[in-house]
Amino acid sequence: MSKPEPIKPAAARPRSPLIWMVAGLVALVLLNLTKNTSFLNVTLLDGHLYGTPVDIFTQGSRTMLLALGMTLVIATGGVDLSVGSIVAIAGAVCAILLRDGHGLAITIASALAVGLAAGSVNGVLVARLGIQPIVATLILMVAGRGIAQLVVGGQVVFITNKSFEFLANGFVLGLPVAPLLVGAMYLVTHFFLRRTATGLFIEAVGDNETASRFAGLGAARVKTLAYIFCGACAGITGVFAAANVRAGDAYRLGENAELDAIFAVVVGGTALTGGRFSILGSFLGALLIQTLTTTMYNLGVPPAVAPVPKALLIIGVSLLQSEKFRNWAGRFMPRGQKAAA
Amino acid sequence: MKLSMLTGRHLPLVATAGIFCLLFGVTAYFYEGFFSGRVVADLLSDNAFLGIAAIGMTLVIFSGGIDLSVGAVIGFTSIFTATLMGRGVSPVVAWMLALLIGTAFGGTMGTLIHAFRLPPFLITLAGMFLARGMGFWLNTESVAIHHPLYDWLANFDLPLGGTMHLSANGLILLLVVAAGYVVAHHTRFGRTLFAIGGNEQSALLMGLPVGSAKITVYAVNGFTAALAGIVQTLYTSSGDGSKGIGLELDAIAVVVIGGTLLSGGRGHILGTLLGVLIFGTIQAAILFDGRLSSWWMRIVVGALILVFILLQRFIVRGAGRRGA
Amino acid sequence: MTDQPLLQLRGITKRFLGVTALNGVDFSVRSGEIHALLGENGAGKSTLIKVLTGVHSPDAGQITLAGNSIQPSSPKDAEQAGISTVYQEVNLIPALSIAENIALGRQPGKFGFVNWRAIRRHAREALARLEVECDVDAELGSLSVALQQMVAIARALDLRAKLLVLDEPTASLDEKEVAELFKVMRRLRSDGLGIVFVTHFLDQVYAVSDRITVLRNGELVGEFATAQLPRLALVGKMLGREVKDEAGRSAAEAGAADQAASAAPLLETRGLARRGAIQPMNLSLRRGEVTGLAGLLGSGRTETARLLFGIDAPDAGEILLGGKRVEFDSPRDAVRLGLAFSSEDRKTEGIMPNLSVRENLIFALQAKRGAWKTLSRAEQEKLCAHYIAALRIKTPDAETPIKNLSGGNQQKVLLARWLATQPELIILDEPTRGIDIGAKAEIEQLIGKLRGEGLAVLLISSEIEEIVRNCSRVLVLRERRYAGEVPAAELTPARLMSVMAGTHEQA
Repeated sequence: MSKPEPIKPAAARPRSPLIWMVAGLVALVLLNLTKNTSFLNVTLLDGHLYGTPVDIFTQGSRTMLLALGMTLVIATGGVDLSVGSIVAIAGAVCAILLRDGHGLAITIASALAVGLAAGSVNGVLVARLGIQPIVATLILMVAGRGIAQLVVGGQVVFITNKSFEFLANGFVLGLPVAPLLVGAMYLVTHFFLRRTATGLFIEAVGDNETASRFAGLGAARVKTLAYIFCGACAGITGVFAAANVRAGDAYRLGENAELDAIFAVVVGGTALTGGRFSILGSFLGALLIQTLTTTMYNLGVPPAVAPVPKALLIIGVSLLQSEKFRNWAGRFMPRGQKAAA
Repeated sequence: MKLSMLTGRHLPLVATAGIFCLLFGVTAYFYEGFFSGRVVADLLSDNAFLGIAAIGMTLVIFSGGIDLSVGAVIGFTSIFTATLMGRGVSPVVAWMLALLIGTAFGGTMGTLIHAFRLPPFLITLAGMFLARGMGFWLNTESVAIHHPLYDWLANFDLPLGGTMHLSANGLILLLVVAAGYVVAHHTRFGRTLFAIGGNEQSALLMGLPVGSAKITVYAVNGFTAALAGIVQTLYTSSGDGSKGIGLELDAIAVVVIGGTLLSGGRGHILGTLLGVLIFGTIQAAILFDGRLSSWWMRIVVGALILVFILLQRFIVRGAGRRGA
Repeated sequence: MTDQPLLQLRGITKRFLGVTALNGVDFSVRSGEIHALLGENGAGKSTLIKVLTGVHSPDAGQITLAGNSIQPSSPKDAEQAGISTVYQEVNLIPALSIAENIALGRQPGKFGFVNWRAIRRHAREALARLEVECDVDAELGSLSVALQQMVAIARALDLRAKLLVLDEPTASLDEKEVAELFKVMRRLRSDGLGIVFVTHFLDQVYAVSDRITVLRNGELVGEFATAQLPRLALVGKMLGREVKDEAGRSAAEAGAADQAASAAPLLETRGLARRGAIQPMNLSLRRGEVTGLAGLLGSGRTETARLLFGIDAPDAGEILLGGKRVEFDSPRDAVRLGLAFSSEDRKTEGIMPNLSVRENLIFALQAKRGAWKTLSRAEQEKLCAHYIAALRIKTPDAETPIKNLSGGNQQKVLLARWLATQPELIILDEPTRGIDIGAKAEIEQLIGKLRGEGLAVLLISSEIEEIVRNCSRVLVLRERRYAGEVPAAELTPARLMSVMAGTHEQA
């Protein structure tokens, strides 16, 4: 039985979601400018940069960092719901250690250790015991805030350490520290993923786990490492979050942070089914979500209502990524546009 | 009924019942006055809105889905009902509207999930943001409710003999559990949910109405979440858009502690009732003690989820091995 | 038996995207007979079954059941017409009770409620008809596959079926369970049911069937009374060659075989076995030799390969590599020790569809080296350029997602993936399945080249010619057992087929 095997042309790469996100950012900025022409103004005061764009980066830095870890987990075809709780535990640990007079290095290392430990638990449950990621990470999501409360003894522990606060609110060479550090972590991660084969391994596991295993990859190990990395990012985010509010607050630290992180990754073009990932996309996704939040604030929308546009955004993006939806919507479009959709 | 029912399929339910008895016994041993019918009746009343939401959640989880929006729908319903009544709408009309909105909201999410093959957790997460935002859009403050019907319901007490009384909320919970039991275990719709959760592909090949059942179960869950929101207004005689934050996690926890498999296809509605009682007992014990802090609640609940998930893992694997 | 057939298919033709899967096939089944439907891969069996059960609608041809013309458009449609199917993979819900599985979708009861008492009673009746005794409240998943199969049959028969299609029901049953199933089949036959029986086990065909229909390459080969068709003739008809055929093997190959025979074995197994997969077997593979692993479909070929490559863990026996005992916990261990395995299931076990040709090609080598010893982009491109040219892989460039390539070119990329790891032993499971003739010839050429380079090659194929053309000697499996070796000197299609069919002992 011989069948002709035509070579299909290289399919047009799916249109980069990066373009969509940049378009979304531009639209939001324009919307802001109609309300407030000084929206983009950045001023130099005491050698520090101030202005709304700087604030967006500073406030968005935590979601960016969480999204970095989440990207890798989602790329393996999983998800980590526990990052918000890990942020709370790590923040609580920071507050307690600083109160007891420990140094900055020990404090940050402890927060990182909390993240690594929590990530290991998730990784073992998912990769070794084969429990669905949503279910496995739900455990820490539920228990984590209780553990954070336990750490701070049910109190809000205030932080008065200036050098710790500097992490969230300080400036280096006129630039805000937190986004600089997060940006550096993105760069380091990018080089690590792309200069070593780790990025390839993660994408292979997410694309076809069986095939990657049959080709000699320790797929379970790769998945475990993704969860550990995600936990580590959450631990460091806990440092920033605690420094930002100058307190270890088990309820407020990292509240809904897992949602924002997942949103940033999905909006950034990494599919929840796993495979190809883009950490630049996740970075822009986090930026977009923060800009949206700031825009709502500037437009006078009460902060409590701000989730609504976020929700609509995520529904829109997931519909655009749904093949079923594109087929369905395609029927209502003229031919020319169909190809684009 | 038979020995085979006690092992195998119903083992998680038996384990849940055992845990409840043990927990209740130990608590009663340590805290005087805990072992009474009144306490059990109070457990039902105090956890009514969690229980009602958990019954709807149980149905969704039977079908292999999940709904993270229930807490937000409770908050929305709570403030929606209070706001309408503040404008002079009769409570019954407000309730009807709230139930209708909740059902339509759930049905819409179900349609998106089924028709476009979107992941339930993502869509219901968006639903959660949406419902929470809409609730706060109505009012960010708590609104008191004054109405004769509310006063009457607040004082309603069904004497059960002795010192036991069942409040209106407790009664509604039991009615919802009964309805949930009938739907899940004695209707075609309910059995279809189990089949979908067990193996969606097989359910399709068996000619079951998979699509309509999936959409319906989210609509039903929207209804129970709205009902839970109404019960919440009865409990506090006020409406508050911030009610039910994090309740979706408690509801899922209660379902899992009740022995239902989180990936779908296995479980029992009565397990969820037991789960609510376990949840309530832990909470009550912590309150009774006074020395233990409330955060232990979360840690214990998390540990219980872990235990049940590992237990189920073991059972499912065992069944798989025998099948192989 | 009546003369009027129960089921009559005439001139059934079905094409998929220009490929003809069935070409004017006739097929008929009488009431009260067990009719075996046989053929190797790609013969059109499953397409025919799918046409019969309403999954596919034929492009041409007619179906008559009990004298009425029918056109089933869905499995449900076919069931209502009287055709019920039980698949190899039990399509039931393991977490629900036996009774419920029999009743699902047609539960008795009013207003959407279900009547459990009636459900249990129906289930007991349906199982009693098959003389199966079990607790109908037990969870389906707690039963053996054989009993689950019985429940599936009970469910199918509950519909008052006239025709029962059993699609490879015995694939995962042991001997005793097969005997039980046959008892039930015979009983149903005596009740006047028509049964279509698809299987790969020839013993079973002769044990239970009345007539046989053989398909090959989408065409009808013929319909035979089982008692009048000798086993060897049947195998010949399935494989499409007459038994007397002689192979023209080149002297060079025989010479290569001679050379290799003196070398010490690279890999040996002693009593390697896994329950339900393969009975204890010994094999030895040598450098510079292409060893064939032959057998009909379902004889345990792929299962053996999976044991050798560490995908499944053996229950018993050991593997020796270069004389030293080794244990593989995963393919990763096997790859590190110089093994390679190209799976027959390209789509689910081979390609990473959205990754590029380059990433797919270098993947095994990179996995073998670990994450840190990264191949530089230049090295990767060099490897790609080399293999794309050497294997004549047709792709616009190395960055194209592999899913855009044709099957044959995907297969070549996967071969290149393994060759890049410079293995000592490569296991090729159906390397030429579903690819065009040109690519096939190139892959066979490559196999010869690998032999020349001193690799040990284990070639698994359902094509007799391919085995005979490429192998120095052939190990034959039959019904999950080692059935014997055909040495180079005796390697002819006829000899191979007789060992595969299990008639060589008598011959």
